[in-house]
Amino acid sequence: MSQRAKDLDEALAISVEGVHKDFVLPHEKRDSLKSAFTSVFKEHKKGGEIQHALDDISFEIKKGEFFGIVGRNGSGKSTLLKMLAGIYEPTKGQVRTRGRIMPFIELGVGFNPELSGRDNVYMNGAMLGFSRKEIEKRYDKIVEFAELERFMDQKLKNYSSGMQVRLAFAVATQAEADILLVDEVLAVGDADFQAKCFSFFKQLKRDKKTVIFVTHSMDAVREYCDRAILIENSKLKMSGSAERVATAYSRLFFEEEARNQKTRQNRWGNNKAVINEVKVTPSPVEDTDKSISLKVTFTANEDLENPVVGFMIKNQAAQPILGTNTDIERAKVGAVKAGDVRTVTWKIPHIFARGLYYVDPTIIEYGTAAPYDWWEEATSFVVHKEKVTPYLVNPGLTTQVKKS
Amino acid sequence: MILLRELVITDFKLRYQGSFLGYLWSLLRPLALFVILYTVFVRFLKFGGDIPHYPVYLLLGIIIWNYFAEVTSTGVGSVVGRGDLLRKINFPKYVIVLAGSFSALINLAINLIVVFIFMLWNGVDFRLTMLWAPLLIVELFTFALALAFLLSALFVRLRDINYVWEVIMQGAFYATPIIYPISNIPEKWAKWLMLNPMAQIVQDLRYAVVTPHTLTISDIYHSSWIRMVPIATVVLLMIGSSYYFKKRSGRFAEEI
Repeated sequence: MSQRAKDLDEALAISVEGVHKDFVLPHEKRDSLKSAFTSVFKEHKKGGEIQHALDDISFEIKKGEFFGIVGRNGSGKSTLLKMLAGIYEPTKGQVRTRGRIMPFIELGVGFNPELSGRDNVYMNGAMLGFSRKEIEKRYDKIVEFAELERFMDQKLKNYSSGMQVRLAFAVATQAEADILLVDEVLAVGDADFQAKCFSFFKQLKRDKKTVIFVTHSMDAVREYCDRAILIENSKLKMSGSAERVATAYSRLFFEEEARNQKTRQNRWGNNKAVINEVKVTPSPVEDTDKSISLKVTFTANEDLENPVVGFMIKNQAAQPILGTNTDIERAKVGAVKAGDVRTVTWKIPHIFARGLYYVDPTIIEYGTAAPYDWWEEATSFVVHKEKVTPYLVNPGLTTQVKKS
Repeated sequence: MILLRELVITDFKLRYQGSFLGYLWSLLRPLALFVILYTVFVRFLKFGGDIPHYPVYLLLGIIIWNYFAEVTSTGVGSVVGRGDLLRKINFPKYVIVLAGSFSALINLAINLIVVFIFMLWNGVDFRLTMLWAPLLIVELFTFALALAFLLSALFVRLRDINYVWEVIMQGAFYATPIIYPISNIPEKWAKWLMLNPMAQIVQDLRYAVVTPHTLTISDIYHSSWIRMVPIATVVLLMIGSSYYFKKRSGRFAEEI
């Protein structure tokens, strides 16, 4: 470890410089003697496709920083974490670290189901670099933290998965490392246990430990991290304050989703009038936008007496948020001749919470409500919000605190 | 070091877990093999007629061979078998192979106690040459470990190695004078056989511990240079395979 820390600035815990990681994905299974022989005879051709898991990544982490690594599945963030842990070697570039690293990449490394809980604590402890004495000193604390006093002499295979995780986490919390690598451990365990984890993280933050935290939870990034980086398609897309990176990540995620999500596009009606276009502007909707404009254009196929044009907006969970039509709004479309094109525009105050929304435009007959054209999820739009609430709507509020 | 110790302890605890006789099996297995080979080769086929204390001589050979077989054949799959660990944490990879080697060494020690009891029972004379035994065990340990390093690193890429090694071991068992006295072999062949470090180790150990009436490499070759061939093989193999293991070990995590 000290070798790796050579000429690393005192204030830094980790420095990553121009790191590339390529994996060779074999086209066919060639890890047998037969293929080794045939490849000897057929010149030495390196078969397989090269996958660039990481492409020119550089960043630095200061001592005592709580540093987030975010990115979607398959973006390369776990590879990066394994690189920091020294499990993988970079193909190009270098990773330098200072201090004892404790990987939380997976809990319970070295756990063996055939051994008792007690033996596993020693084994796992050894994997994390504890001597037997050090474990002995901490043993009671570990058992207490895991709340498994009565089970320590039972074999691990008789533990529930929750108990195993608790035990593993309890050992890990005892680690006296300078740098902790944490990968999504918070996703496991019940609410009680998660609360424990979070209080442990708060403790780490107070102790000024260097923590590198890989997660999908932007709330956790906002709450704990000082700085963060965003990895996308094996590249470093952004680095900066936790807030900025978390926002960029959410944006990335929703936009991609909006692009990929196949709208159901259920559509029915008697075709006496047909919707040509539905347009939402601006898209995506930002915090600075005060209102959203929704434009529905349709063509009449027959002479129609005052068709009623309307819409409904649903959120991603398919909960209706709002909607109206020209009849309710007392904005008559009036008589329309066959072949006529009309556009109806609504200006909607921006009350939306962060997320993805679908628009269902409709044209119905005045009076009978028989649908001419009813188009479910004709289009969708994305709303970015800096302030996130878990509620249906999120209009910009003003909050004032006064001494009284 | 801590890790090595824990791995050896774990390995030992798990070895005979769930079996009724437990650790006794590490004694019973070689003894059972001894009884079979003794019955077939000594009683029926009349091998080893003029060698004194032939049963002890045979038992020692079997135990040494068993150690060698255990280290190498469990060694082949040791790195791959710990793949889950390698992918999760960074630690010195040689510890895995070393741990297997040490846990077999503990077994060997227990078995050698049995050999010792047999020696007392058979009335073997205690001679000063016995002091060579620890050095020969070191040579044995090094040879087996070197092969384990090489095989385990090769196995990560070439998954046929374990089968190949199984076949080689079958052949090597007969190519090493374990069940027959080397004196039964025409000298021309014996010369070749004795260059095998295992043959040299087994014969030297028997000479040192059991009886001076057996042929060692020094009896077969009179040149002291050729006498050094097996030892040189062991040393070079250790250097070569640890270099290869070290070079490859950085990529074990991604290749397993």
